[in-house]
Amino acid sequence: MSAVTDNAGATVGEIQTIVAARRLRTAKVVFIGVGKPSTAAILAREIYHPDLVLVYESGTIGAKPRRVPLSIGDGELAETADAVVSVGEMFAYWVQAGRIDVAFLGAAQVDRHANLNSTVIGDHAAPKTRLPGAGGAPEIASGCGEVVVVVPHNKRTLVEQLDFVTTVGHGDGFAADGTPNSSFNRAELGLGGTGPSAVITDLGILEPDPVTRELVLTELLPDATVEAAREATGWDLRVADDVARIETPTPDELAALRELVSR
Amino acid sequence: MARILPLADAVAEIVRDGDLVALEGFTHLIPFAAGHEILRQNRRDLQLVRMTPDVLYDQMLGVGAAKRLAFSYGGNPGVGSLHRFRDAIEHGWPRAIEVEEHSHAGMAARYVAGASNLPFGVLRGYAGTDLAARTTVERITCPFTGESLAAVPALRPDVGIVHAQEADRQGNVQLWGIPGVQKETVLAASRSLVTVERIVDALEPRPGGVVLPGWTIDLVAEAPSGSQPSYAAGITERDNDAYRAWDKTARDRSAFLAWMEEHVFGGPSPYHDLTGTPDAPTPTAASAETAR
Repeated sequence: MSAVTDNAGATVGEIQTIVAARRLRTAKVVFIGVGKPSTAAILAREIYHPDLVLVYESGTIGAKPRRVPLSIGDGELAETADAVVSVGEMFAYWVQAGRIDVAFLGAAQVDRHANLNSTVIGDHAAPKTRLPGAGGAPEIASGCGEVVVVVPHNKRTLVEQLDFVTTVGHGDGFAADGTPNSSFNRAELGLGGTGPSAVITDLGILEPDPVTRELVLTELLPDATVEAAREATGWDLRVADDVARIETPTPDELAALRELVSR
Repeated sequence: MARILPLADAVAEIVRDGDLVALEGFTHLIPFAAGHEILRQNRRDLQLVRMTPDVLYDQMLGVGAAKRLAFSYGGNPGVGSLHRFRDAIEHGWPRAIEVEEHSHAGMAARYVAGASNLPFGVLRGYAGTDLAARTTVERITCPFTGESLAAVPALRPDVGIVHAQEADRQGNVQLWGIPGVQKETVLAASRSLVTVERIVDALEPRPGGVVLPGWTIDLVAEAPSGSQPSYAAGITERDNDAYRAWDKTARDRSAFLAWMEEHVFGGPSPYHDLTGTPDAPTPTAASAETAR
């Protein structure tokens, strides 16, 4: 592994957004929320993939925002969309019917099998921290082709045990011989799509093992180390035999991102 | 045919203490003016329903107007937490509330079932989640394929309130832009109120326009800028600064109460943006053109 690389002066957050955008190079239709995923998808549409269809849960299909919206319901999304539909139609005809390839989701907690919590920290009946709740996440994760999770990399977020399962990722996973560890798995639950294909953090990319579905560190951001990633993970993080080094943002990628967020 | 009344009269007629009340608007067309009027009339023990409790429900929960909340996402979109919502759930301030939570897909299915006069909505959902054990959802088997599906009870609010762009003098309503669950809320509710930006002589068909015939609505009230700081597409713009400013106001109980005293309980007033500056909303180019 090389020593400290030149990141063209990009911040870690900027690199994380660009890594997420690169993930959409071959996607056709992406479902997005607000924050980094939205920035990443708009960037991907502008610099890699002008035909990328952006779908927001507010019912805007094929939105072409020029600026990063604050909410999923900003006026520009509806004004530039190919179609604007009701919430009932969005979740029934578009998400549940499997018309969306990739969904970006965030979460407050992620476990080693990429199950997600966005409901509560502490006990649900007497919460320590009440989070916003499920929103569209559970059905987005079972209706879309695959899910890409974007979260910060720290022990508060990447935890051994979720306080609440809001959204099913890969359940309890599988043993090395492919037998399920429990009945808590996508096939048994009848979930559609292939579930989380990647967790993009500000240190690297975790991807599920093809057999066990446990998250494995497969790529690192230009300046990150395996030790830092393991240290910032709440379970004993598996590391791929040959961890790849994520390509430093190009000056063009970085300039496009900065121009986009400055609009 | 819907009757057109002043907002205060419409709210007084339609909302009673203890009612199951849905004020809807999916980031767009949120009926702030009607919600504030409910608070000014001091309605209590409401059972509030809303997919996305945002700043309006933060205000209603924060003054203790509700005993129950059914919802699917309680956040300030793009900003962060709803501090009054959290304080009510985490600390029971100013009163404890009972909570029923769903996913968006589940809530939308509940509204569609209510509008369709069906007892339940059906979807592929909730399987494997901890939500399944903590909310009103049951598994049912498809009689044709054997597939296991989720059933959620229909939503039939006592009162459904939404905002829209226009009504004509017969009370026919048209809205456009993000339609959310506006139509379902009116059709599912026993009694309904639609507040509108303006009352016009004749509705002009709009691309993507949703029309609610006057005979499906009980009451219509004119409330210009009545969805601010959310917005009415083509007429007002979302006041993102107000949503950001709310985060600071709502963090502190006494700052919140002082704000409510000044901006809501002080009397019906034109829209004040949440930074505290009395200000008319910015008309968009489209509305200027429409107004000519």
